[in-house]
Amino acid sequence: MTNEVLLDFNNVTMQFGGVTALSDVSVKIFRGEILGLIGPNGAGKTTCFNVMTGVYQPTQGSVVFNGSDITKLKRFQITQSGIARTFQNIRLFSEMTAVENVMVGADARKTSSIPAALLRTKHQRAEEKESYDRSMELLALMGIADRASDAARNLPYGYQRRLEIARALATEPELLCLDEPAAGFNPAEKQQLNELIFTIRDRGYTVLLIEHDMSVVMNVSDRVVVLDFGKKIAEGLPNEVRSNPDVIAAYLGVPDDAA
Amino acid sequence: MSQLLNLWTRFLSLNADVQVRWKSMSRAQRLSGYALAVLALYLAPWWPKIPGIGWLVNTPGTQFSTVLNDQVIIFVLVALGLNVVVGLAGLLDLGYVGFYAVGAYVVGVLTSQHASLPWIVALPIAVLVSMLVGVILGTPTLRLRGDYLAIVTLGFGEIIRISAKNLDWLGASRGISDIGKPPSIGPLTLGPLTLGPLKFGVIDPKPYYWLGLTLVFLVVFCLYRLEESRVGRAWTAIREDEDAAELMGVNTFKFKLWAFAIGAAVGGLAGAHYAGKVGFISPDNFPLQLSILFLAAVVLGGSGNMYGAILGGVMVAWLPERFRNFTDKRVLVFGIALVLVMVFRPEGLLPRRVRTKSPMKPASDGQEVAQ
Repeated sequence: MTNEVLLDFNNVTMQFGGVTALSDVSVKIFRGEILGLIGPNGAGKTTCFNVMTGVYQPTQGSVVFNGSDITKLKRFQITQSGIARTFQNIRLFSEMTAVENVMVGADARKTSSIPAALLRTKHQRAEEKESYDRSMELLALMGIADRASDAARNLPYGYQRRLEIARALATEPELLCLDEPAAGFNPAEKQQLNELIFTIRDRGYTVLLIEHDMSVVMNVSDRVVVLDFGKKIAEGLPNEVRSNPDVIAAYLGVPDDAA
Repeated sequence: MSQLLNLWTRFLSLNADVQVRWKSMSRAQRLSGYALAVLALYLAPWWPKIPGIGWLVNTPGTQFSTVLNDQVIIFVLVALGLNVVVGLAGLLDLGYVGFYAVGAYVVGVLTSQHASLPWIVALPIAVLVSMLVGVILGTPTLRLRGDYLAIVTLGFGEIIRISAKNLDWLGASRGISDIGKPPSIGPLTLGPLTLGPLKFGVIDPKPYYWLGLTLVFLVVFCLYRLEESRVGRAWTAIREDEDAAELMGVNTFKFKLWAFAIGAAVGGLAGAHYAGKVGFISPDNFPLQLSILFLAAVVLGGSGNMYGAILGGVMVAWLPERFRNFTDKRVLVFGIALVLVMVFRPEGLLPRRVRTKSPMKPASDGQEVAQ
């Protein structure tokens, strides 16, 4: 972790009609860290992701990534500029094989289009091989290379979750956003996931993690940001946040006699 | 009927066996296998003369080679093009006949109505113009999805037909006649063998069929290369989940536009071939019903599978001709056949397959992962 700000989420407000999903939220993500984003259901965690990756245009505020404003960029441009994500409810290309899914991600960095594909130019063949090799490498990193040629929809749940991470990594992001990667995992799988996230960080990626599961968030994160009802209520080291009375109140409620 | 479909399923599994054996053959054996299949296709005009199966393929009341060119080749070409749009990229296009008409009309205008270019010069222009029309139609409409896109394209097909009907410049309802024909080839002398000359006249449809078949091979070759590339993956990803594709860095609008343009180009090619053969076109040749039949060919054969689309094109073109002696009941028979196939094989005769083989030939350094 360095002091260089990779992503600056600047006073973002996101309204849907009369509902305010995010209200003046500011978060800084530093290069090389693992930042946990937690909060009760409906706190606005996924909305944060959607604003960062261009799914929603914020009502107010801006997102600055690597020193340039990405608020107005198209979604695929944001991905190409170096932010990749996974989805809370798995969204793989279900009829494509595992390796093809990852190759779609790897293709984000490639340039050959229709004419090159028709002529099978040298450049195009080199890019295809590069995409394929990189994808197989990532599948191996995720430990799912044994099912590389299976259709994504035929993979077991744990494989699908990890395939999503592989596909996101294939776009060569600087910031990897994981949306509840441990959902539905058993304790052993969670342990594996923790190690995987460390491995990813050690390879130089910055990780933003949304997670409900405290055993994952508290063990993995360098810093934690807590959202509640669209507002940031706490930020700091995992231990500080854990004992923060506001956070405890948000999660467990406030006892009557304390009011 | 369900027995018949059982038989088909059995045929498909048999087909899988054959594929396994096919892969174990040597390269030379496989090449000669391909060569034989290609030869058999070029000799198709004589299939009805084969004892045993001749009666099955024969089309009573219409010359078989006429059916081969005017129906089968046209439908196969169109199904191949439409399969890119509907089957690969998942964009429902109900006005595909519009591109087919554009191709035919460009050839008509350039070889007869307003100029007298040779057909062979008009052909690439027709393909390019159709492609351009695809881009012009796609740019504003591809922001729509699903049903909305279908309705807009439906309107487009009708606009093309009605414009042609009302523009004197395009011959209005009289249409365009005396359209240029493909140039004759040969005679070709190979040692003692003299081939041809191949004359594209009015009486013999065989040369048109051979030309059309060659165009089909060309299109299959090009589309295969596109499917097995970054472009094909982008199209499939868009079909599977457009939002996820865009968030994975796919420029969805650009690739949807390309799908539209490639589909339009192939449709225009089919139209240009058709115009060269029949020599006369009028707006009535391009009814909405044709769009529906084109789509039926793709869906019947297996949307998203190029070979399925070819099979669907063959079926939709050939079946009504095979049952021509049912006279006015043949459309009913054809309709029932379509319904039954859709009930028992909702994904088409040759369903889309997930490629089990890796998209790249695995490198010999053991890149391929053991199953």
